Amino acid sequence: MNAQPLVQLNGVSKTFTLHLRGGARLDVVDEVSFHVMPGECVVLGGPSGAGKSSLLKIVYGNYRCDHGEVLVRDGENLIDVALAEPRRVLALRRNVMGYVSQFLRVIPRVGTLDVVAAAGRESGLDEKEARGRARSLLSELNVPERMWDLPPATFSGGEQQRVNIARGFIADLPLLLLDEPTASLDAANRNVVVRLIEEKKARGTAIVGIFHDEDVRERVASRVVDVTRFRAKAA
Amino acid sequence: MRGPLLRACNLRKSFGLLTACADISLDLHEGEVLAVVGESGSGKSTLLGLLASEIRADAGEVRYRFRDGEVRELQSLSEAERRVLTRTDWGFIRQDATQGLRMPISAGGNVGERLMAIGQRHYGNIRATASDWLARVEIDLERIDDSPKTFSGGMRQRLQIARNLVTHPRLVFMDEPTSGLDVSVQARLLDLIRGLVSELGLAVIIVTHDLAVARLLSHRMMVMKGGRVIETGLTDQVLDDPREPYTQLLVSSVLAA
Repeated sequence: MNAQPLVQLNGVSKTFTLHLRGGARLDVVDEVSFHVMPGECVVLGGPSGAGKSSLLKIVYGNYRCDHGEVLVRDGENLIDVALAEPRRVLALRRNVMGYVSQFLRVIPRVGTLDVVAAAGRESGLDEKEARGRARSLLSELNVPERMWDLPPATFSGGEQQRVNIARGFIADLPLLLLDEPTASLDAANRNVVVRLIEEKKARGTAIVGIFHDEDVRERVASRVVDVTRFRAKAA
Repeated sequence: MRGPLLRACNLRKSFGLLTACADISLDLHEGEVLAVVGESGSGKSTLLGLLASEIRADAGEVRYRFRDGEVRELQSLSEAERRVLTRTDWGFIRQDATQGLRMPISAGGNVGERLMAIGQRHYGNIRATASDWLARVEIDLERIDDSPKTFSGGMRQRLQIARNLVTHPRLVFMDEPTSGLDVSVQARLLDLIRGLVSELGLAVIIVTHDLAVARLLSHRMMVMKGGRVIETGLTDQVLDDPREPYTQLLVSSVLAA
């Protein structure tokens, strides 16, 4: 098989300059290189503050990349997220990469089922398919049906997180970025998420994830990339 | 790929010694929502006026791609052509609804007027279309014959939206459309705008000082200070990883609810 990586980071470095703190520089990561193949779940390892979340955000285009390349495959094309125009990055987010954080950004007044189905439509599912998948994901993640019409703003942290996971998993995107998707879930729901991840992998989705829960990490990881290897050297 | 819907090159405008906009260039594509943020006096409303042909630039040009595909420089349009453009292909939602509505005429008349301006004459059709739009912006049809003078602030803004969108414009300018409203009214209005923008595939340039509004509605963002654009990028990137000292100050000054 001569599959090609879906993501390839080459020499990625990131520093925050805090102008409100007298221009203090915060070196996050230095010279990060790794790649992810289709069907692989690469887990970023290392203690808090090692730069794992920042790396995911750089791949998603949420954080800027100071140096290096962040190549994401879109069909035949390799797009460097570090240099791409905003419109190109938005197209990648629609067609190629999904991102699940711990926190749901709530949209006022939109019901839970619609919030999830909208994520499917934005990535190309038709209305019927999007709603069907939204229903089955919400059921699988144990979000009670009586809550589906309500906006998730008032839900508990764990419920909001499960709505967020449903949003992230609804589409058939080739690349998923997962930032602690199981952080505030109980064991039963953690198991659901592990199963969803395994299903995505079996269908060839490339996944980059951060999991603090050791059990989850061991079950889903194809490989672990230790981010402390790339710690910026003290200036 | 087709070119941008609107392209501005080196726009400049001064009022006396004050430079309101200094050499501003931007591209806007179909379906794209661009937020222009900055504090009062940063030049963002002047920029909107220049782009919408309401203020004449000292230098620079604005090019727009018409429905027939032709790209024209806007200062070259005759007054009649400009009027057709602003009444059909463009919309303008203003912070002060009394500037964007005709206060003496009824709600239905405010929506119908735009249809008559593009040549519709059949009273029944106009009223039916106006009713449709009032329903879409959640205004009770019993109020169709009332003057917007009797409307609340939120209703007036929703009426402005109906009046502007009834002609199916491709580009809508918005100047602080939700400022000065109660928070709950604001949330409802934002949700309405968000839904219509994505449903109709509108291109929007929205001026706001409210970063939360920009985050909710826009794809891209421009930060202005002292008449200059100091930072641009994807909206979430500018807000989550601001680079310029001033942008960092703006972002860190937002009170978390």
